[in-house]
Amino acid sequence: MLDADFFRRWMTATAVSVGHEAERLTALDSPIGDADHGSNLRRGFNAVATAVEEEAPATPGTVLVLAGSRLISTVGGASGPLYGTLLRRTGKALGEAAEVSAEQFTDALRIGVDAVRALGGAAPGDKTMIDALVPAVDALAESFAAARTAAEQGALATTPLQARKGRASYLGERSIGHQDPGATSAALLIATLAETAGE
Amino acid sequence: MKMLINVPETVVADALRGMAAAHPELTVDVENRVIVRRDAPVAGKVALVSGGGSGHEPLHGGFVGPGMLSAACPGEVFTSPVPDQMVRAAAAVDSGAGVLFVVKNYTGDVLNFDMAAELAADEGIQVAKVLVNDDVAVTDSLYTAGRRGTGGTLFVEKIAGAAADEGRSLEQVRSVAQQVNDSSRSFGVALGACTTPAKGSPTFDLPPGELELGVGIHGEPGRERRPMMTSGEIADFAVEAVLEDLDPRNPVLVLVNGMGATPLLELYGFNAEVQRVLTARGVSVARTLVGNYVTSLDMAGASVTLCEIDEELLRLWDAPVRTAGLRWGV
Repeated sequence: MLDADFFRRWMTATAVSVGHEAERLTALDSPIGDADHGSNLRRGFNAVATAVEEEAPATPGTVLVLAGSRLISTVGGASGPLYGTLLRRTGKALGEAAEVSAEQFTDALRIGVDAVRALGGAAPGDKTMIDALVPAVDALAESFAAARTAAEQGALATTPLQARKGRASYLGERSIGHQDPGATSAALLIATLAETAGE
Repeated sequence: MKMLINVPETVVADALRGMAAAHPELTVDVENRVIVRRDAPVAGKVALVSGGGSGHEPLHGGFVGPGMLSAACPGEVFTSPVPDQMVRAAAAVDSGAGVLFVVKNYTGDVLNFDMAAELAADEGIQVAKVLVNDDVAVTDSLYTAGRRGTGGTLFVEKIAGAAADEGRSLEQVRSVAQQVNDSSRSFGVALGACTTPAKGSPTFDLPPGELELGVGIHGEPGRERRPMMTSGEIADFAVEAVLEDLDPRNPVLVLVNGMGATPLLELYGFNAEVQRVLTARGVSVARTLVGNYVTSLDMAGASVTLCEIDEELLRLWDAPVRTAGLRWGV
């Protein structure tokens, strides 16, 4: 079973991971975006780590709702509302339980991912974070480790795609040949989830 | 790249502190990143709130004041502001007559302003929205995030601001803003990339002897790269691109806008070429504005925006405005 501490550790680990990878995310965002994905997410997840530590929410749901709200209030751009909605909706779907099973979390995360799709209007293959998140949720039924692998493969598979959503879409065919920074950061989020679960 | 900054992390806050010092007619909340005209809320008048990533100055903060915006929300460099800023701005300027959000069409700006509109409505503020999407360089709107908001934003903010100043209703102001957007088209070119403070190096490589056609205002590359062209050739290309999409029967407003690093000497020369093309195409020009208004940090280059107008819109354009970036008739 996964408790509030698990989700707090997930958020803290994500802040550390995003901090380490910020320059790489920003570098990926340069040729097809505006070179700030890493610095924006680092600012957001640092705020999340501080908030979950200071406010110590007591249930899995409240941890993720707080984290999502902090992202919306601090990141800006498209990433803020999209990642914020992912965590908020996942957290709301977890309800008020003190502990949740991996199956319950998988169902909740699917609701969160669906909310991101509805908000941003992106479908798989549009070269966005969805390309890492959808395969991750599908693989989560198997294991956290499988979700991590699926997310990483999903992110890598965005390279040959032409972007249809977000700022990279303005480049048309020139967006082909670059790995999507949003899919890459989404894979980081899933990787730290697997790490937190000890997988 | 050398920059006149302290550290990248405080660029926006430092600029806001400087704005506060230079413009006592504005209330600048540095911590919460909201710029408000000091006399807000203005009784009985609809308020205009805009915002967007920083790096486009004077847009939007430089357009806050009588006759234009009531408040502006600057985000991080090239990053949309967050909903908290917009809600705070709306609450500060709403007189009870409602607030119009002027939103440039970028995924991040749209998402954040939509969230803010919901939150503001929860607080009892009546909110309407106009989306600015004037950039004809984005052709395939079905498979992209849609056309970007660029130079046309200035026309929308000025003319809708004048309409609000006349005491029109929220729906009437929104309608004027929509009309201005629908009548505006832009096309931009870059002669060099820009450098964001966070990255410290140019956002894309543009070899000497080449230019980017169809650039936006965020350091993103354009749609096409060509060998360097003369001012006259660029004017031909840019104006034709705009006129392919806008066939004005009425006079137009012209904005020849610098991207940040192109001197006014060159912009005026470019304007002469733009006017030459317009004359040759039989387009009548009512007013022309030349300068750096919707910039992209230190990008070299320019954009051309045309806005087809009628007598009513021209009257609103000519109405007095008193802001840091645009000022006449007062």
